[in-house]
Amino acid sequence: MSIHLILFLAFGAVAVAGAVNLLVQRHPINSALSLIAVMAALAGEYLLLGAEFVAAVQVIVYAGAIMVLFVFVIMLLNAGVEEETKGSRVAILFGIPGMLLGSLLIAWVVLRHSGTAAVAVGVLPGQTSGWGDPGAVGELLFHEFLLPFEITSILILIAIMGAVVLASKPPSTPAKRVND
Amino acid sequence: MIKSAIVLGVLLTGVAYTVWLERKVVGHMQNRWGPTRVGPFGLLQPAADGIKFLFKEDLTPPHVYKPLFLAAPLIAVIFALTSIAVIPFGNWITIGGYDIPLQITDVNIGLLMILGITSIGVYGVALAGWSSNNKYSLLGGLRASAQMVSYEISLGLSLVGVLIMSGSFSLRAIVDAQGGHFWGFIPHWNIIPQFVGFFCYLMAAYAETNRIPFDLPEAETELVAGYHTEYSAMKFAMFFMAEYANMITVACLATLLFLGGWHGPITSISFLQPIMPVFWFVAKIFAFLFLYIWVRGTLPRFRYDQLMAFGWKFLLPLALVNLIGTAIAVAW
Repeated sequence: MSIHLILFLAFGAVAVAGAVNLLVQRHPINSALSLIAVMAALAGEYLLLGAEFVAAVQVIVYAGAIMVLFVFVIMLLNAGVEEETKGSRVAILFGIPGMLLGSLLIAWVVLRHSGTAAVAVGVLPGQTSGWGDPGAVGELLFHEFLLPFEITSILILIAIMGAVVLASKPPSTPAKRVND
Repeated sequence: MIKSAIVLGVLLTGVAYTVWLERKVVGHMQNRWGPTRVGPFGLLQPAADGIKFLFKEDLTPPHVYKPLFLAAPLIAVIFALTSIAVIPFGNWITIGGYDIPLQITDVNIGLLMILGITSIGVYGVALAGWSSNNKYSLLGGLRASAQMVSYEISLGLSLVGVLIMSGSFSLRAIVDAQGGHFWGFIPHWNIIPQFVGFFCYLMAAYAETNRIPFDLPEAETELVAGYHTEYSAMKFAMFFMAEYANMITVACLATLLFLGGWHGPITSISFLQPIMPVFWFVAKIFAFLFLYIWVRGTLPRFRYDQLMAFGWKFLLPLALVNLIGTAIAVAW
């Protein structure tokens, strides 16, 4: 086994452990921190697969920006320890077998229908070719996938506008009445 | 390995003496002497402070959330010190037949790596504020995370202009692109075509490192000491080290991206040839740090709403305009 593969498996184990910890923890801030660990471990996986740019963006966008907002909101609302209800016991009883079944199904579909079976076990793809550097990613994004890229940006813009509309104060008629 | 140890040692010494420099310079600006008692010109003051921090009683208040209270200073200082790994501080030197690059590792996404590491450093401050279970600390932590997230966008955008001009994320390549002169005498540094970008970078960098005039997370007139109110001894010193290490990283980035890195006006003295690049690099960092301290001694603190309005309504549009202008100029 090469050192790359060992590291790849180690990062994978960290990601899975972090994800499980995210569900098990009772306090929201611990869950958020586990999610950051998952993001960082995924960035490590991307790095080992030769996608340096994606790895850096993963850290900057997910771990450095989105999760900061998560933590910020948890701090701002001072969310306490989660309460256990009967509903969550039911979720544990049926959720874990269901989750296992679902992940098995996904693994089967991916192995069967995406051509990954052609990759030899013990060799990571893409370590040598330069397909992960910023130039190559840019070419793909702005030439071949330009339309999906633009549509996604419009979607995000609409989402931002929606958030602003929802969060902004309604036209303040009561306040006016007070002034009058 | 040896290189990492040397760089870390130099960085930590640099951190200690930046504190000394700041106390000395601000002292003289305010008609005081600054530290004078320990050693000549107070030069041993950092060592005395370090010993004091190590031997002070390390209090952990009973009402804190302990795991994160202990982890927060570690997060802050580790991420502040890690980002130095990709910074090249000189050209190649030859020792005993080996060509050694003056840099710990040269990755081709070096700049992105620094941005990623510094963006994770926010957690140290945010978690310190939250886990202290104290309203002043919490307010400091909230202010710090809001401020750093807001200004990170302007910081990133102000750098893109330089990236477009040099066409690489590798810091070594960016510096190499700045060798030579315009018309034979003006140095070919990015600050000349990118002075708007440099201005945006400067403002955003002050806010990112929580320094005056943007030091609202620790505004002592309203928040006691902000996010590190509950910390004492070495744990407090870790936040202090993280702040000054971040200042040095920001100064390194400014030098590499805008001020021509290790290129300098005089390089032709033959027997000093190997160390001249390092000399110029350190001199520029020193000048940048002096500017930091000068600003601290001169400007008052912003109000919080002014800070946010300045970041979102002025700095961000300015950085965007600079980016578009640079892109048009390069494409044309």
